[in-house]
Amino acid sequence: MKRSTWLLALILVPAFACANEGASDWKMQPFHPNLQDKPSQQRGLRLYVNYCMGCHSLKFQRYERTADDLEIPHDLVMANLVFTGQKIGALMTNALPPERAQAWFGAAPPDLTLVAKLRGGEWVYNYLKAFYIDEARPFGVNNKVFPNVAMPDPFLELQGTPVLTCHQDPKLAENGGEQRDPLVPGLKITEEKCGYIDAVEGTGTLTAQEFDQAVYDIVNFLYYVAEPARSERERLGLYVLLFLVVLYVFTALLGREYNKEVH
Amino acid sequence: MQQSPSPSRFPAMWTSFMSWVDRRFPATETFEYHMSKYYAPKNFNFWYYFGVLATVVLVLQLVTGIWLTMSYVPSGDGAFASVEYIMRDVEFGWLLRYLHTTGASAFFVVVYLHMFRGLMYGSYREPRELLWLIGMAIFVAMMAEGFFGYLLPWGNMSWWAAQVIVSLFGAIPVIGADLEQWIRGDFLISEVTLNRFFALHVVALPLVLVMLVFVHIVALHHVGSNNPDGVEIKKHKNADGVPLDGIPFHPYYTIGHDLPGIVLFLIVFCAIVFYLPEMGGYFIEKPNFEEANPLKTPAHIAPVWYYTPFYAMLRAATYPLVGLDAKFWGFVVMAGAIVVPAVLPWLDRSPVKSIRYKGMISKVMLGIFIVSFFILGYLGTIPPSKYATLLAQICTVLYFAYFVLMPWYTRVEKTKPAPDRVTTR
Amino acid sequence: MSGDGFNKQRRYFLIGATSVVGGLGVVGAAVPFVKSWNPSAKARALGAPVTVDFSRLNPGEMLGPIPAWRGQPVFILYRTPEALATLSKLDASRADPASERDQQPEYARNEWRSRRPEIGVYIGLCTHLGCSPKYFPLVTPEPFDANWEGGFFCPCHGSMFDLAGRVAKGVPAPSNLPVPPYTFVSDKVVTIGVDEEHA
Repeated sequence: MKRSTWLLALILVPAFACANEGASDWKMQPFHPNLQDKPSQQRGLRLYVNYCMGCHSLKFQRYERTADDLEIPHDLVMANLVFTGQKIGALMTNALPPERAQAWFGAAPPDLTLVAKLRGGEWVYNYLKAFYIDEARPFGVNNKVFPNVAMPDPFLELQGTPVLTCHQDPKLAENGGEQRDPLVPGLKITEEKCGYIDAVEGTGTLTAQEFDQAVYDIVNFLYYVAEPARSERERLGLYVLLFLVVLYVFTALLGREYNKEVH
Repeated sequence: MQQSPSPSRFPAMWTSFMSWVDRRFPATETFEYHMSKYYAPKNFNFWYYFGVLATVVLVLQLVTGIWLTMSYVPSGDGAFASVEYIMRDVEFGWLLRYLHTTGASAFFVVVYLHMFRGLMYGSYREPRELLWLIGMAIFVAMMAEGFFGYLLPWGNMSWWAAQVIVSLFGAIPVIGADLEQWIRGDFLISEVTLNRFFALHVVALPLVLVMLVFVHIVALHHVGSNNPDGVEIKKHKNADGVPLDGIPFHPYYTIGHDLPGIVLFLIVFCAIVFYLPEMGGYFIEKPNFEEANPLKTPAHIAPVWYYTPFYAMLRAATYPLVGLDAKFWGFVVMAGAIVVPAVLPWLDRSPVKSIRYKGMISKVMLGIFIVSFFILGYLGTIPPSKYATLLAQICTVLYFAYFVLMPWYTRVEKTKPAPDRVTTR
Repeated sequence: MSGDGFNKQRRYFLIGATSVVGGLGVVGAAVPFVKSWNPSAKARALGAPVTVDFSRLNPGEMLGPIPAWRGQPVFILYRTPEALATLSKLDASRADPASERDQQPEYARNEWRSRRPEIGVYIGLCTHLGCSPKYFPLVTPEPFDANWEGGFFCPCHGSMFDLAGRVAKGVPAPSNLPVPPYTFVSDKVVTIGVDEEHA
């Protein structure tokens, strides 16, 4: 590229990036990981292997490490989660050839070992809940968090058919309270707010609440996978800091002992 | 070789062992010259910790760096995966990695504070000009070391940061394009670039840094340390030739000052390593959690925090001049900002060394300099905008004003008389 | 400034105590560096136990040197009853007939050097300099031994082993063929690299 184009690129690239964000009316919901909740991560692992792994590998993580950290016996993992003839110590790769995937989807589905760090747990959580039916797209779905994404909705079976809906939301006053009808006691004033996503009744195997939990479990698992050593790191850190505080007391006393002689 | 006159505490075996060594190697002589009979001013304050802390961090980076090199794979295909291998498969690999990344940031925190001490107390003044120049060389070597090291994880930010900085050399007139290609070794940042940056980061620059640090300490010990009052303690010595305001570096500074200081530093350092190693994306940047992709520019290219003040100055240059691109002038401004402190010894015309006795203008100018540096640092982390660029331009001018105007304001301002002996405030 | 105006006891105590605590810190800090040299998860995965189905092996036949375990070839022999009978005859010509040297797990310190008499599992490397010995199961005179009763002959320097991997006297190899840890998963399937003691 021409030298002078580079400075232009430096300035304009952020502008291009903004095109994807800010255009959506999706309100990001908070995500609070909990690495102590092993059952949640176990469910997340199972859901991931069944609904995501076909396209998205976890190629930096090993089955054995996952089994040990999530307290799942090795034989259970081998029997239920490893369909590829691999051994327990193998990396969690999949069989999707990248060039074919590129041709089929337009972009090869990325490996997700580090996605919780790359984009943040909250982003992934909201992204997975933000698919909705859009006949104009090649796979029939679009996404409010990642508009025009090339990915199909993996959860149609679980969540059901997600459609954009409008709700009657309570209208809020300036102080944040809900407005009430002055003439009819107790009646809240509502206004129509659109941009919600609801599953069509009876189309999914999970209720809305169960689906939320399932997505949480997957993201909780991905949060673990992004850095399996996190729990050990935080645990060890406490002992290291306590030791250093004790060492500091000794070195400070010793230092003071010598400093008494100065001046 | 004379025995120490005070009664030896050590058992006789040690004494005779040291006699054997001393006849063949200047061990005791060196220890006394640099430690137990090196007289440092007794009024060192908080600002005098950062030299020894920098040495501690240097050793830490060398040791963790060597250990990382045992498992890291310097190839385009293997580098990113090898970092995850270190983080997951190598026992305590995660700790080695975080010690090294936190150490890199800690190195710059400590060195910036160390340099600030120099600005405050006139540590660059005669006869310490060469000491200061060696220090500036260490600073430049550190910036290069960090730059080469950042490509090694082969993440997307690694790649694009290298792309941006290497392309700056392309802005140099006449030789630019060839120089850029020569640095890369290829038509784009590739595995070829990665391999040579690996050699520079792991072997060449560490050797340079260690040699420069050695020479830095030799130069310091030759003239003796400065102090917060800017007073030359060698001017007043007792009958034995010992400066009246000096105390033996060992044990009063080694054990009395530096040992607890190092432990305190380690507490803060380890708190970060174990609880906040990514520092919200400032120590380990988020785009680096995916592999290098020449076709996918990160939403926002920003260097690691310790380069951001200079990066902001680079982006602040938006006008072409005398037929040369703004890009070239940005490069000039950035490089100039990094090296201009080197000429401080010749800019400072004040009759006193330390900010404690300089006039109000010096104090204000230093304050403005620091504030501008911080603002520029912040601006370097955010995407450019009209107002951000304007503010960066103003702060760049203020940054340079500290140096450019110094020959004038240090001469005309009213200073306080420097004391003859150190004060202990 | 300095001088002997300090409390010796207090100072020496503090020096000692700080040195002890500091020493503990140094040892603690060394632990991650030392432990990082242990085999990584990748090495452990590559060196994982290998499961072999030898149901297609007929009596008198040998499976090997593939599959290997930890980069070492493995021999799995299906010994005939006649072969087993000759083993005790060969005690006198063996350098270590009772397998006293530590070349095998406890369960292989017997006359067949294996868990089951008819199935032998050995590391297929001559204990001299590591060549792969050849399998000569038949009891017939051979150029290297007119009274050959079956076993292994190493072509590199002429070492000989019987069908239980026991080394002959007077050959360059000093010890019997090593026996790796192994467990029978089922009648015809063996896992090499793991047993109850080394799971």
